[in-house]
Amino acid sequence: MIQCKTSKEVGGMGHSLKRKEDARFLQGKGHYVDDIKLPGMLYMDIVRSPYAYAKIKNINTEEAMKVPGVVAIITGKDLEKYNLHWMPTLMSDTQMVLPTDTVMYQAQEVCAVIATSKYAARDGREAVKVDYEPMKPVMDPFKSTDPSSPVLRTDKPGKKDNHIWHWQAGDKEKTENVFKNADIVVKQQMHIPRIHVVSIETCGCVADYDKVNHHLTMYMTTQAPHAIRTVIALVAGHVGLSEERIRVVSPDIGGGFGGKVPVYPGYVIAIAVSFLVGKPVKWIEDRSENLQADSFARDYHITAEMAGTKDGKIQATRFKVLADHGYTDAAANPSKFPAGMFSIATGSYDYATAFVEADAVYTNKPPGGVAYRCSFRVTEAVQAIERMTDLFAKKVGKDPADIRMQNFIKKEDFPWKSPTGWTYDSGNYQAGLQKAMDVVGYAALRKEQAEKRAKGELMGIGISTFTEIVGAGPSKDFDILGIKMFDSAEIRVHPTGKAIARFGTKSQGQGHETTYAQIIAEELGIPAENIQVEEGDTDTAPYGLGTYASRSTPTAGAAAAIASRKLRDKARKIAAYLLEVSEDDLEWETGKFFVKGAPEKSKTIQEIVFAAYTNHPQGMEAGFEATHYYDPPNLTFPSGAYICVVDVDKETGGIHVRRFVAIDDCGNIINPMVVQGQVHGGLTQAIAPAMYEEMIYDDEGNILNGSLMDYLVPTAVESPKWETGHIVTPSPHHPIGAKGVGESPTVGGPPAIANAIIDALSPFGITHIDIPITPFKVWKALKEHGAYDK
Amino acid sequence: MIAQSFQYESPGTLAEAISMLHKYGEEAKILSGGHSLIPMMKLRLATPEWLIDINGIPGLAHIKKEGAVIKIGALTTEAEIEHSDLLKKHFPLFADVTKLIADPQVRNVATIGGNLAHGDAANDHPAVMLALNATVIATGSGGERSIPIDEFFHGFYMTALQHGEILTEIQIPVPPAGTGSAYHKLERKVGDYATAGVAVQLTLDSKGVCKAAGIGLTNVNPIPLRASRSEKALTGKPITDKTIAEAAKYAAEDCSPSSDLRGSEEYKRAMVAVLVKRMINKAAERARG
Repeated sequence: MIQCKTSKEVGGMGHSLKRKEDARFLQGKGHYVDDIKLPGMLYMDIVRSPYAYAKIKNINTEEAMKVPGVVAIITGKDLEKYNLHWMPTLMSDTQMVLPTDTVMYQAQEVCAVIATSKYAARDGREAVKVDYEPMKPVMDPFKSTDPSSPVLRTDKPGKKDNHIWHWQAGDKEKTENVFKNADIVVKQQMHIPRIHVVSIETCGCVADYDKVNHHLTMYMTTQAPHAIRTVIALVAGHVGLSEERIRVVSPDIGGGFGGKVPVYPGYVIAIAVSFLVGKPVKWIEDRSENLQADSFARDYHITAEMAGTKDGKIQATRFKVLADHGYTDAAANPSKFPAGMFSIATGSYDYATAFVEADAVYTNKPPGGVAYRCSFRVTEAVQAIERMTDLFAKKVGKDPADIRMQNFIKKEDFPWKSPTGWTYDSGNYQAGLQKAMDVVGYAALRKEQAEKRAKGELMGIGISTFTEIVGAGPSKDFDILGIKMFDSAEIRVHPTGKAIARFGTKSQGQGHETTYAQIIAEELGIPAENIQVEEGDTDTAPYGLGTYASRSTPTAGAAAAIASRKLRDKARKIAAYLLEVSEDDLEWETGKFFVKGAPEKSKTIQEIVFAAYTNHPQGMEAGFEATHYYDPPNLTFPSGAYICVVDVDKETGGIHVRRFVAIDDCGNIINPMVVQGQVHGGLTQAIAPAMYEEMIYDDEGNILNGSLMDYLVPTAVESPKWETGHIVTPSPHHPIGAKGVGESPTVGGPPAIANAIIDALSPFGITHIDIPITPFKVWKALKEHGAYDK
Repeated sequence: MIAQSFQYESPGTLAEAISMLHKYGEEAKILSGGHSLIPMMKLRLATPEWLIDINGIPGLAHIKKEGAVIKIGALTTEAEIEHSDLLKKHFPLFADVTKLIADPQVRNVATIGGNLAHGDAANDHPAVMLALNATVIATGSGGERSIPIDEFFHGFYMTALQHGEILTEIQIPVPPAGTGSAYHKLERKVGDYATAGVAVQLTLDSKGVCKAAGIGLTNVNPIPLRASRSEKALTGKPITDKTIAEAAKYAAEDCSPSSDLRGSEEYKRAMVAVLVKRMINKAAERARG
């Protein structure tokens, strides 16, 4: 189906090359941060608060210091002496590294125990006695800004409430007018729950400060090593850690999903301790710490409204968001919009009027939120628009597939300007949905559903036709602490025609070592297997902003293509010299230049590269290297049409996902097998919030499911068979026409599942249940709607 | 997730293990499969000073038929139970229950003895053993004693086992022809404790009249619960929609579940009723062959 321009041996774009990195992963030879052992290394464990909001009256370390192996205990007061007790968040908010007087959420770091083994550190942690004076926490975001709620951020001079920011997009007045005159208006309050990325590897680091050379090497689980180096220099520059004295190494990473973008207090404490004692310090979170304390994702309360005509034309939408950011706004969102790209909430539909507004508040919950496999609040936006489209279809009395077909932006209308200001690059939504309907057998399923309903059985079909917005991003809208969101590739081809390529991104399982090599193979004809890809070491890789938000292919992938093309330009000059013809007489075909009309006269890329070192034209620089920093002109807009079929057990509320068809359009595909793997993983992370995962707190601020016993991460058993497929609409502005795919399934999946379950329950008049939709919630809804009445 | 330090012993005989229990007193714990104890130790909810690993003691892992009794050694793993032809022949519910216990890796290590001795109403085997009218064999310094399953569970993590006693065997009467059994639990995801679970064993005569019924409930009561009124509602009567509905209603009334993240008390009672109904039907179907 996918046309490849290169041979299998070259392995350019479109080939399902086996992943180069898997050889080491499958043999247990990956090298993760916890595999690093340095001479004299100390271990750090962290005492955490049992309370969501409390004054610290005293920290008694006497017994802990007696535990054999414990060498030091570091408190906020210790860090305060060096002005290292506070740090900025990526959203220019502030966050405690260690508290000096007050804890703001359960599991917050209180002090750090340093010992000669991790066992001693944990025993020491258990022996630290902290006196707290608990206070009533603010847990409900809706009450956070009540005058009766305490002001949480008393560290901010003049702060009089718990409101963080207000943001809006679109046209408020115009939207109000459309709503006023519309035939049909639907409205729904919904919560996109607070969830966690739960990567297999937790967060951790080894901070190694060399007192003699004043140099810090920081091995850490980060998705953005270069940005982190700059952040460390900004935070700790005043103690002498300037940027040339910092090396950040991100070794193999066991899953990031956005959770390894932020800087957590543990990293900073480890650096501070290593700086103070001059020894390497290892800190590795355990599973519960990771789940309870690290940045959450989502937690948007949305009031969604859609207006349209009685024959089903969508005319306007209005979305009002209340964002619960916890103790500080530590979102990992590099856009200039505080609610990220939530304004993509107008979705795949052609209408001209929308208004979106969001307000963020502080509560006594852990800070966040990270863009969990999601391009900065797009998951929230897609859940809102796709649920509302179904509610609207129901009210109009049309099939949800028909409503979508009727309202889609047409493929000839791209580039399309959205009512909230985005310019969609390309798409073919009708074709995608039609393909999904054909694959799933939509008409037959609707017939089966009608028959089942007549017998009292519950079956549902749910659709999600989403538009993603990825590839952050164009420098006009995106930066981290002022650094623009370009990304980079540096390619060095050795004399024998083999290459090493380095990138500013960092794979956490995405398969960059394979796919970047394929892009270069496509452009230069050097076999992908001869191209070594390296990332993650700030001493060697070119500066880049890292891997998240499906940005690697749109940015660094583009940089790889353009750097390759720079090399091809040089190759043409060398080939012309070697063949003694003018450059214009040469034609490129994968892997070689040949003379037009005389194809027997040619030079392979390997011959040309060799000449670059041995026989290059006079006046030309020797060598064969190129670097490119790519600043994307626009974002890319992948899309998808997902259809989910569920059977619901009426007596128990049990939900069985019978079918799930995912037709993705991520533009041109680099490696179909890698894409399929990404989609499988992403869809599993879509059933997670749709049916299983939510972080639940009680009124006192205690997390009720702070371990994997109760925070329900779906496994292979819960995962249905994913049926995947594609249509291809290349991005017109991207050098290789690719759009990015890593997040599409996570973003687009949940509403397909939710819509299917609600569809199954609709005979009882049930129109909405907040995700995660569990058997208990289904049973409760059925009971409330009289399903069990005799 | 690191346990407090502890001492480890690995006795080679039962007598040695029992004398160690006496020697180390209440701070000693028996380690068999470890799949209940070790997670509690890692969370420091359990902090034993001594672990006495009985896995090296021969003669505690077996599934055999002696006369009218099936004997299962305490160290028999869930995987061995899952794949036992002898158990499959007499008790189809073992195939039901083992498949619902955690995952294959856990089942390769976790033992039936540990599952019962932990005394947790959330575990699956207590309900199964109630339905099958099992007897627990405990061995102490004075030798073996038999404990009827109805007298075994005393409270939350508490059983009839005295300190110095080790659960060594489970004995189950071989049921007569015309017997069928079934188990199911609702769980939020694989490996979860039951939202509610029900074990049923029924013996039917040739006319379809219920001669004997055993019904045990999982995780809907502070201690593992026998649904006695439900059993009585079936015994001596043909299995009909009416008797099934009655048995389901009694079980839902007699259990005492607590509201938690798995669902409300009301939901759990409703699920007990649904599962009792479904398991009676399934057991009866199997009894009829």
